[in-house]
Amino acid sequence: MATGVAAWLPFARAAAIGWMPVANCPMPIAPRDNSKRQDELIILNVSGRRFQTWRTTLDRYPDTLLGSSEKDFFYNEETKEYFFDRDPDAFRSILNFYRTGKLHYPRHECISAYDEELTFFGIIPEIIGDCCYEEYKDRKRENLERLQDDQEENKDMKLPNMNFRETMWRAFENPHTSTMALVFYYVTGFFIAISVITNVVETVPCGSTANQKDMPCGERYTVAFFCMDTACVMIFTVEYLLRLFAAPSRYRFMRSVMSIIDVVAILPYYIGLVMTNNEDVSGAFVTLRVFRVFRIFKFSRHSQGLRILGYTLKSCASELGFLLFSLTMAIIIFATVMFYAEKGSSSSKFTSIPASFWYTIVTMTTLGYGDMVPKTIAGKIFGSICSLSGVLVIALPVPVIVSNFSRIYHQNQRADKRRAQKKARLARIRIAKSGSANAFLQSKRNGLINELLELTGTEEDEQKLIKSTSLLESQHHHLLHCLEKTTVSTPVVSTCFYAHEFVDEQMYEQNCLETVLQSYPSRSPSISSHDSSMGTCCGHRVKKNIPLPNASVPPAHPVPVHQGPLQELSAIHIQCSDPSSHTASRSTLNLKADDSRINCKGGRITTAIISLPTPPALTPDGDGLHGPPQRRPPPPSGHPTPPSIQTTTSSACTSIVKVSAL
Amino acid sequence: MSCRKRCKREIFKFAQYLFRLVTGTLSTDSVEDELELSTVRHRPEGLEQLEARTRFSRKELQILYRGFKNECPSGVVNEDTFKDIYAQFFPQGDASTYAHFLFNAFDTDHNGSVSFVDFVMGLSILLRGTVQEKLNWAFNLYDINKDGYITKEEMLDIMKAIYDMMGKCTYPVLKEETPRQHVEVFFQKMDKNKDGVVTIDEFIDCCQNDENIMRSMHLFENVL
Repeated sequence: MATGVAAWLPFARAAAIGWMPVANCPMPIAPRDNSKRQDELIILNVSGRRFQTWRTTLDRYPDTLLGSSEKDFFYNEETKEYFFDRDPDAFRSILNFYRTGKLHYPRHECISAYDEELTFFGIIPEIIGDCCYEEYKDRKRENLERLQDDQEENKDMKLPNMNFRETMWRAFENPHTSTMALVFYYVTGFFIAISVITNVVETVPCGSTANQKDMPCGERYTVAFFCMDTACVMIFTVEYLLRLFAAPSRYRFMRSVMSIIDVVAILPYYIGLVMTNNEDVSGAFVTLRVFRVFRIFKFSRHSQGLRILGYTLKSCASELGFLLFSLTMAIIIFATVMFYAEKGSSSSKFTSIPASFWYTIVTMTTLGYGDMVPKTIAGKIFGSICSLSGVLVIALPVPVIVSNFSRIYHQNQRADKRRAQKKARLARIRIAKSGSANAFLQSKRNGLINELLELTGTEEDEQKLIKSTSLLESQHHHLLHCLEKTTVSTPVVSTCFYAHEFVDEQMYEQNCLETVLQSYPSRSPSISSHDSSMGTCCGHRVKKNIPLPNASVPPAHPVPVHQGPLQELSAIHIQCSDPSSHTASRSTLNLKADDSRINCKGGRITTAIISLPTPPALTPDGDGLHGPPQRRPPPPSGHPTPPSIQTTTSSACTSIVKVSAL
Repeated sequence: MSCRKRCKREIFKFAQYLFRLVTGTLSTDSVEDELELSTVRHRPEGLEQLEARTRFSRKELQILYRGFKNECPSGVVNEDTFKDIYAQFFPQGDASTYAHFLFNAFDTDHNGSVSFVDFVMGLSILLRGTVQEKLNWAFNLYDINKDGYITKEEMLDIMKAIYDMMGKCTYPVLKEETPRQHVEVFFQKMDKNKDGVVTIDEFIDCCQNDENIMRSMHLFENVL
């Protein structure tokens, strides 16, 4: 209900008359509202579309652009309206926020465009109403993932200073980085397959010898299988040790699922080596061999689909748990019923309730082996109810799991598609960049020719002056030219005896070949400068420093008029109490509130000074702004710089907003 | 409704439910749902009548109504909304109890909701009324059960509600007996005949003799 509570302030003040008779001491004087401003209509012209609203509507949220004096920057004297050069469609929802107090996210808007509009008008997105908040968060997360993927792609480029260990780890994680890694990847895959096949074939009965029955191959060719097993385990051990060595955090690596699988896969062999051929323990040893089948899970490093499946199962853990629980319940119920129903009949297989479990499971999953069938009529009736209900109980959680799998799978598909699109996009960007670089070089040449012509040419030649490009381009070129002139480096031996110059690729390569010892910039200067500007552009987009619009008004400013009434409200607050025991000064009251609130919140707080409702200040006299509680810790009094919200996309996915300067 | 009738109705409903289950008819919307559809949309009297009944000018009534209707598009405030709105002004403490009492004071016809008429009538008294009217209103607020007498228990409730609004973070710290002490002081002042209750006449008399209170009554003249 964080709406224009300012409209109710007169009511709250009037209701304060209820405290008067109880109070024992005189009340402070009420502030006078000298500027009796009549409520007037304001015209907001957003890219030609005119919106009109009352001034008081906008004044409800004084921490936003429209509610504060910041909108005066956009005032147009001639037309007597406020002009904003922004998207009028997005502005609709922003203005509705002032009117209704609820911020809605229009679904057809692009999420980043909407975010930009919110930032421009100084509204924090956290106050989006519950109806639209989920959708907003989902789209924002999607967008974030997209940006993160892009960033991760950039990280894949080889960092210059990686030691051997880091290279090895990267090779393990991403086999496409180098040939060696690829070879290693395939070799391990091959050996996993061999190991699994060996385990399987071991148990197949090979032909019989003269004096013995059919023996499994394992016992017939013991030595061969043993050698095979040894070889595989050698490879796996070496691989595990290498991974352990290369892991950036060994402790974390040892805790990871894959490493546990690795260990479990190779341990039985070593245990078998250690144990003697004792009859007692050989039974246990045989069971250990079962764990060798875990080697097949090592394939999940090689197969993305398997990983997705594993991830799906993990994320559907609660649904699976529910399935299991409901099945167990149903099994117990029906087993009990069937046992007592069949108790009467002779030669019944339902000897006990646990014995009936098997029947119930087989019936509920509609297997129906037929090894146990009810014979009495009651038993048959309950048996049919059991099978009917089994279908329902199993069918219910399955779609949830399937939809989860589908969502994750599509996400992965999307990542691959994006990667492919990105390549095309980068190629296009590169072409455009080289195009503009060429244009600059061309204009330079034209300029030189023009100069030449001016110096030496006759009048006719002047007409041959190659027309310069558009104003924008010429200004851009001038800029690049200035950059050239700026980059004065130590004079080098070769051709470059004045400042660095933009040269095209061929000349640059030539120069490189000629002057090995010179310290040229690693790439062509033109592209590097472009890159840097691109970098800052993108960097600017990725890390937005959103200064709170009104936070630059330090609280120590003289109290604006509308906060006046609150002053005396707070005074009443304090002096209503028994004066003998509560001489609470305003500042100390604040201080206490400060501490308690800051202690309550964790590190991640939004300085929601923007657009949470007025009335903000109980103590507007510079001790800091309080506000409606839940999300507003007051900035400490006299805080010099405004706290800023930084949206960093590279941080942990969960939280996006972090307070930087508190 | 008597027990037997209720039982019969329940059995009938269950039989109906079973029948629908067996024959597979989908459950239709029950009749009760239709009653909910007609939301309560209150419309106040005309502007002229309100102007006559209250002491606000036309423009002031317009401003008030716009604010009111913006918060409560249905035209009435129920208690929960009222509590929410009032709590916005006192973030440190718990204003719900006091808001409850306030709500009862504004809801003169005790129908559980405050319409715009109630709202503006109350405001008219508080902002533009005579001292007598204001004191009357305050007495009405304190008298929780509206029987014409303020007892110590009622006053204690009110006092506790007011102290609750202060919250925990006060200096010096709020003690348990502070409201009670304050009530004692109040009764000492107001209860002239020491009979343990304060009547309206005692209240008005005493307040008119107290300079502080008289002065504070005029505090909010210029609110609107």
